[in-house]
Amino acid sequence: MVGATDASSQEVHHCGGCHAEGNGNGKFLNPTPMLDELESGPWPSFISGFKGLAERTKKPMLRGVMDQLEYSYNTKMGYWKGGLVTVDGYGAGIITRYSMIKDKFPEAAEFHTMRIQPAPGLHYNTAMLRELCDIWEKYGSGIITLHGQTGDIMLQGIEQNKVQQCFDELNRKGWDLGGAGAGMRTAVSCIGPGRCENACYDNLKLHLKTLKHFVGVLHRPEWNYKLKFKFSGCPNDCTNAIMRSDLAVIGTWRDAIQVDRDEVNAWVEKKGMDALVNQVINLCPTKAISLKDGEMHIETRDCVRCMHCLNVMPKALSPGKERGISLLMGGKNTLKVGVNMGSLVIPFMKMEDDEDIEAFIEQIEEIIDWWEDAGLDHERIGETIERVGLKQFLDGVGLEADINMVSRPRDNPYFKAPY
Amino acid sequence: MSIEVNGVSYETDENGYLVNLEDWNEDVAVKLAEGEDIRMEEPHWDLIKFLRNYYEEYQIAPAVKVLTKAIAAEKGMDKKEASEFLYGMFPKGPALQACKIAGLPKPTGCV
Repeated sequence: MVGATDASSQEVHHCGGCHAEGNGNGKFLNPTPMLDELESGPWPSFISGFKGLAERTKKPMLRGVMDQLEYSYNTKMGYWKGGLVTVDGYGAGIITRYSMIKDKFPEAAEFHTMRIQPAPGLHYNTAMLRELCDIWEKYGSGIITLHGQTGDIMLQGIEQNKVQQCFDELNRKGWDLGGAGAGMRTAVSCIGPGRCENACYDNLKLHLKTLKHFVGVLHRPEWNYKLKFKFSGCPNDCTNAIMRSDLAVIGTWRDAIQVDRDEVNAWVEKKGMDALVNQVINLCPTKAISLKDGEMHIETRDCVRCMHCLNVMPKALSPGKERGISLLMGGKNTLKVGVNMGSLVIPFMKMEDDEDIEAFIEQIEEIIDWWEDAGLDHERIGETIERVGLKQFLDGVGLEADINMVSRPRDNPYFKAPY
Repeated sequence: MSIEVNGVSYETDENGYLVNLEDWNEDVAVKLAEGEDIRMEEPHWDLIKFLRNYYEEYQIAPAVKVLTKAIAAEKGMDKKEASEFLYGMFPKGPALQACKIAGLPKPTGCV
């Protein structure tokens, strides 16, 4: 952001990056015909962003990186290699990238990434974001990915000798590095109860408390492999926790869906009975909804909390009163055993006060202790459970077997329709 | 790159790790530690020796998990204390600094 340092200033500031034209550069950049092709489609292009940023900041690193990328496109080879860069007291958080062909592109010799932990629910204030941008432009390339696949804010492009200073300044403003390597990783949570009526627990608070508890192993990884938390407020699972995290904490309820009769009638009046039958009743994956004397009736016993009816009729239906979390474990992407979705391990747990949070963290500690001993090097927790069997796992962590663990946890893996 | 100890020059890679494992001796270790701003004391030497023995046996540097466990067992600490102890000695991490001073090759893998 240009001139964003003085927050009290009354002037209107323009964001330099957004308005910069991709091609009309003042010869700061070298020709990159291959990369230019990426700007020709109808979609936004990171190349336009890079060019704008490079023109505005005149950082040679950006020019070098674009030159090397152009070369990569010509030779169909990547030229980044890893290494080890950290800050004092930390064993993780910086992703190292050295150029393998720095003689050819000396400006791109180093292009390390700093992972910065986001706030739970991604709630920032603009002052913090301005500070982050200003510090990053002072020490690094200025390129920011908000947010990377890990959930972190990715600050991409810094040289090794500036890393410590940059970190110190960010840290003083309240930012901390994210996770990397074989330890606890940065967690992700959805927007939660602050801005969403479906949240069944305070996932932002649980996120913060849990990550604070595991902050040591987040910065100094020493487990078998990575371990990821994601906290979704309800079974809509907006963080994709079930697919993308080893420990998926998903809000749920164990009594009946709350039905507001007046709102149901208002909905039917507006959309018609056809809509109720075709869009709600017929699409219930477990046929839990029926019409009784012309009124909508939900058989709680058959409900699998897929959220479909709640999403279609947001005012009329809401989650039950007895709310808490489900813990699903083992979600992961490829490598070793293929892609897995999480399996239900704890069907229901209350999550209302600090004692509940403590009980939760204690249970997680037990699970991790078991995995540290039973797991092999480079083995995700889901793979360990799959290898030794669910019974051994449950015995190991002191959980009672439950029919929900054996059967499929949900009939419908959080189906998302364009409503 | 190279470092010079007692008039002898030893070859290192671009990150300062010894190229030849057999070049290692205690004077070289002290010199490598200086480059990392670390003063070698007894606990440092214990760990370095542990690393070298482990490497000799398994031809690979131990996982951090193995290191903290060994320290915890020997010093009667819990794992958290062991981890803090380890990073107290080698602030930039055992993989980055301890392995370098022990003359082991740079640990591979994506960290």
